[in-house]
Amino acid sequence: MIGETLRARIDAEIARFPVKRGGLLGALHIVQEGQGCVSLAASKELAAIFDVFPVEVIELVRFYNFFHESPRGRHQVYVCTNLPCALRGANVLLKGLEQHLGVGVGETTADGRVHLGREECLGACANAPMIRVGGVYHEDLDLAGACAVLDALE
Amino acid sequence: MQKVPFTTGYLTAHCGDDAYGTLDGYKAEGGYETARRVLKKGTPEDLIETLKASGLQGRGGASFIAGQKWSFMPGAEDDTGPRYLVCNADESEPGSFKDRLLLERAPHLLLEGILLAAFAIRAEKTFLYVRGEYGEAIRVLTRAIEEARAGKVLGPRALGSRFAHDVVLVRGAGAYICGEETGLLESLEGKKGQPRKKPPYPAENGVFGRPTTVNNVETLCHVPHIVEKGADWFRGIGTAESPGNTLFGVSGHVVRPGLYELPLGTPLDEIVFEHAGGVAGGRKLKAVIPGGLSMAVLPAGQVDVPMANEFLRERQTALGTGGIIVMDDTTCMVRVACIITHFFREESCGQCTQCREGTGWMNRIVSRIERGEGRFEDLALLKDVCAKMEGKTICAFADAAAWPVQGLLRHFPQDFQSHVTHGQCPYPGSFVLA
Ligand SMILES: Cc1cc2nc3c(=O)[nH]c(=O)nc-3n(C[C@H](O)[C@H](O)[C@H](O)COP(=O)(O)O)c2cc1C
Ligand code: SF4
Repeated sequence: MIGETLRARIDAEIARFPVKRGGLLGALHIVQEGQGCVSLAASKELAAIFDVFPVEVIELVRFYNFFHESPRGRHQVYVCTNLPCALRGANVLLKGLEQHLGVGVGETTADGRVHLGREECLGACANAPMIRVGGVYHEDLDLAGACAVLDALE
Repeated sequence: MQKVPFTTGYLTAHCGDDAYGTLDGYKAEGGYETARRVLKKGTPEDLIETLKASGLQGRGGASFIAGQKWSFMPGAEDDTGPRYLVCNADESEPGSFKDRLLLERAPHLLLEGILLAAFAIRAEKTFLYVRGEYGEAIRVLTRAIEEARAGKVLGPRALGSRFAHDVVLVRGAGAYICGEETGLLESLEGKKGQPRKKPPYPAENGVFGRPTTVNNVETLCHVPHIVEKGADWFRGIGTAESPGNTLFGVSGHVVRPGLYELPLGTPLDEIVFEHAGGVAGGRKLKAVIPGGLSMAVLPAGQVDVPMANEFLRERQTALGTGGIIVMDDTTCMVRVACIITHFFREESCGQCTQCREGTGWMNRIVSRIERGEGRFEDLALLKDVCAKMEGKTICAFADAAAWPVQGLLRHFPQDFQSHVTHGQCPYPGSFVLA
């Protein structure tokens, strides 16, 4: 259920646009932040709020890499593996993190603590390799440094 | 936070200190005085003329003349409803990280550029679309916009003038194609970021059905400087056709990867060897991608080229976003092709058959060559797929996917041939794939 608090935030988001639907992308961010994912049920509720068909919301969830339909663990860790990072060893780092966490790309540790993924260029090319943990960048990393960042997560 | 540039100029002089970060700091450096003067006493027509005279080219990749783009917007006689400015802060071109610096460290410079551009096109609102991954930029901009509202820089009487303006910050959600301007407009409307057929162009029918101008972050950051110091001053920097400084981003195998604010037309070899300190580890240069992943590569022998489109064009490549990716002599160009084609395969919006199928096809072909399972016909096949993608789709994404592959085949066919002949990679020390 999209509770009152989230609903109030969604209404505020809608008010920022001249057309209601403009607030839909922001509403998806709000729901995912609040509930850890955008479930099928949440998509249906959003569809009702925005007067669109459920499939239109579900399509957005699938089109935008940011959104996911099931929860992904407490901390989401993404390694940039595009060319500038790859040239500086990003894939070696990624393999090292897989071993350190005991999971593969796209998986979450058994305790639900860390989800590991890879991403396309994150705009940190001069400070490669790097990882993104939620909205925070950790740059100029080596494997030991990256492991230390992950170990410090709750 | 993005590290400050190694060489600075008018754009980034204050990116290392607080002057551009807080409203008071910015004002203490004379910030917002130019916009205050223009909003109170200037006219949109004069402003557009100044921009046209300056020759400022858009810095989002397509290098379109900014003043000209503004002049496409309807004039004062059109009073059918609101018009909008969209600031494209979706920066996702691999190898590009310049807008991030300006967003994080010069938010008020950007807001002043936005106010001036909005005044020129008579926009009542700006949608500032920031890529979702740029968490720090979003935090900084949210604060700067609040400060600007509280300080009456934005609002019903912006900077004490009769011009009303507000900025709406919108967070992207991880889709490269939303950087394409009409994909971005769709995304703002709460839809999938699938680019639109043009015409109609955004100036006629943009976001929410209204006339809209889309400008890149860096483009807008040049504007206050041009208006303050004049078109002639700006023309005095860079080349005749490509005036002004720009922010080059250098990454890959160099001693000093980072940002460099330099005039357009600065030779590529000077940037790589002098500014960025040359190839790291004492190795030799193999190749340079001059303008972000979408642009064709140049081999080591061709890097003596001024970084401006009129010169890069002769070498069948372009300035793009000024993201310079440097590769040393250990680098396997087939692996480079794997990364490039994987990226475009992942990011195609899927509307056009040539693009949707072509990007997947290219990726499968180069991947099997990389695995040592390629055939000699594959090279011709790749060229053919590229030719069928170029210039035939709704947006320039398909061209941007074909160009870099064509560049690799043009300059490094031996890397591909060697994989096919020997069934393995001839570069044991090359970077590795996932
Ligand atoms: C596939 C594709 C991706 C693009 N991504 C961006 C981007 O991330 N940022 C940007 O400013 N322009 C991007 N552009 C260019 C925009 O379409 C548009 O030309 C630009 O934002 C206009 O601003 P400017 O004239 O100030 O450069 C992209 C274009 C294409 C075809
Ligand atoms: S060229 Fe590719 S990205 Fe552009 S509209 Fe067509 S399918 Fe979408």
